Amino acid sequence: MTSKKWVPYLLLAPGALWLALFFLTPMFNLGATSLYDPSGSLETGYVMNGHVGNYVDALSEYWPQFLRSFTFAAIATVLALIIAYPLAYAIALKSGQWKNILLILVIAPFFTSFLLRTLAWTAILGDNSSFVHFLQNIHILPEGGRILATPFAVVMGLTYNFLPFMTLPLFTSLEKVDPRLIEAAGDLYSKPFNGFHRVVLPLSMPGVVAGTLLTFIPASGDYINAQLLGGIKDTTMIGNVIDRAFLERGAYPTAAALSFLLMAAIVILVASYVKRAGTDELV
Amino acid sequence: MNWIRKNIIMIVGLLVLFYMFIPVFVVIALSFNEPKSRLTYTFDKFTFDNWLHPCSGAEAMCPAVMVSLKIGLISTIGATILGTLMAYALMRYRFRGKGVANLLLFLPMASPEVVLGSSLLTLFVSASFPLGFWTILIAHIMFCLSFVVVTVKARLAGMDPRLEQAAMDLYANEWQTFRRITLPLLAPGIASAALLSFSLSFDDFIVTNFNSGSTVTFPMFVWGSAQRGIPPQVNVIGSAVFLIALAIVVLGQIIGARKRKALAA
Repeated sequence: MTSKKWVPYLLLAPGALWLALFFLTPMFNLGATSLYDPSGSLETGYVMNGHVGNYVDALSEYWPQFLRSFTFAAIATVLALIIAYPLAYAIALKSGQWKNILLILVIAPFFTSFLLRTLAWTAILGDNSSFVHFLQNIHILPEGGRILATPFAVVMGLTYNFLPFMTLPLFTSLEKVDPRLIEAAGDLYSKPFNGFHRVVLPLSMPGVVAGTLLTFIPASGDYINAQLLGGIKDTTMIGNVIDRAFLERGAYPTAAALSFLLMAAIVILVASYVKRAGTDELV
Repeated sequence: MNWIRKNIIMIVGLLVLFYMFIPVFVVIALSFNEPKSRLTYTFDKFTFDNWLHPCSGAEAMCPAVMVSLKIGLISTIGATILGTLMAYALMRYRFRGKGVANLLLFLPMASPEVVLGSSLLTLFVSASFPLGFWTILIAHIMFCLSFVVVTVKARLAGMDPRLEQAAMDLYANEWQTFRRITLPLLAPGIASAALLSFSLSFDDFIVTNFNSGSTVTFPMFVWGSAQRGIPPQVNVIGSAVFLIALAIVVLGQIIGARKRKALAA
């Protein structure tokens, strides 16, 4: 379109520079910090001595929290997929003239602050809430049983909080499905479920891949849900550990090692998942 | 029975939608609450006081809201300008290094917020850069940028490139074409990118928490008060932001529909 070769670079430069300075450089810095001698402190300064032992310490001490984060995030992602799929399907293929209004309604709850919505769940699931009393009365929950401060509450919070990240990509890919393909499957005597399984589901795979990634990644690093909805012991996620190690204990090398491990684990998971699911156009 | 079977997907979808709104209803309800004590977070008594005097009784809240508004506004302007330029370059030019640029934009979106926040913290600390307003601003522009690019790119992809080619054929230069043709057509995409940026910035807690120093934004205030007892005024701000954002989106839809109608007529 143009003869001036430098124009696109000029347009990209300010934003690319910003990302290089405040995304890439910090990553290198994080990597460097994770190799500092852990005996230093913020006040006395750290000595760089390539202390790989920080990683060993971080993993041996905090592997349960790592494992828990990925388990919670995986369960929440699957639940979000199950919940969001019918909604995305209904909006994309069944809503007709209501499509735009329904789409606005999907995004609307998320104009209320993330923290306030999570705090609202603490009110709904709290020990004295009518919802919990109701569950106790119909014996789904034992007498004196709790929801708040359990792993269940944390997974529920994670599922809820990242629902739009699942719904919107699903909607985008389902919207591209030609409804005549579903009719054609029906005309060819396919049972409704087979029509879905063989036609719609494969066509919506890019949305499923994008949605699961966009849910799983923030969920595995989140610590707001674990902090507000979780208890003291068996709900701590790796985000809580990193947050406290940096901001409360000031143990920078260990904290940086944990943070770097989380990033590495996610990059590996995402890469292998995208490769298996076969949607390389994602990037 | 038949009706239910025919519409089952829509019914399930609407139930899910209702579920998504439950906490919003709670936030709005609690904004009218007069709690018995500071530490309870249940509905006790109905009152309009929180809405009439949002700043009294929670003295530190309103300054925090102001800080969040300021950061939200400046980082939205910054990220929207930088991001729109990037999106335009990526969609309308062919050049070497496009893959690298795309990867650089994708990575921040694929990074958990703890990693973004903590890595920036290590940078600022090792550069002895004081934490506060400016570091929050730098961080917010950084994580909003990719989302702006994605949103504007989507709008550019839906635009007919022949309109721009036609302008060029009529001897408009590149700048004139961008200014008179591309920018007006792109405006709705830029507007939704800006709205997204602002809500990401205004709502951010995790990245901010790592880089705020002693500066308190609205989410930081909410987090702090979650430990000490949450004043009901916090829910007034939450409800107000919800209603304003909803109004902006609905208004945008109405204007868009009007324009389409005017064009069709």
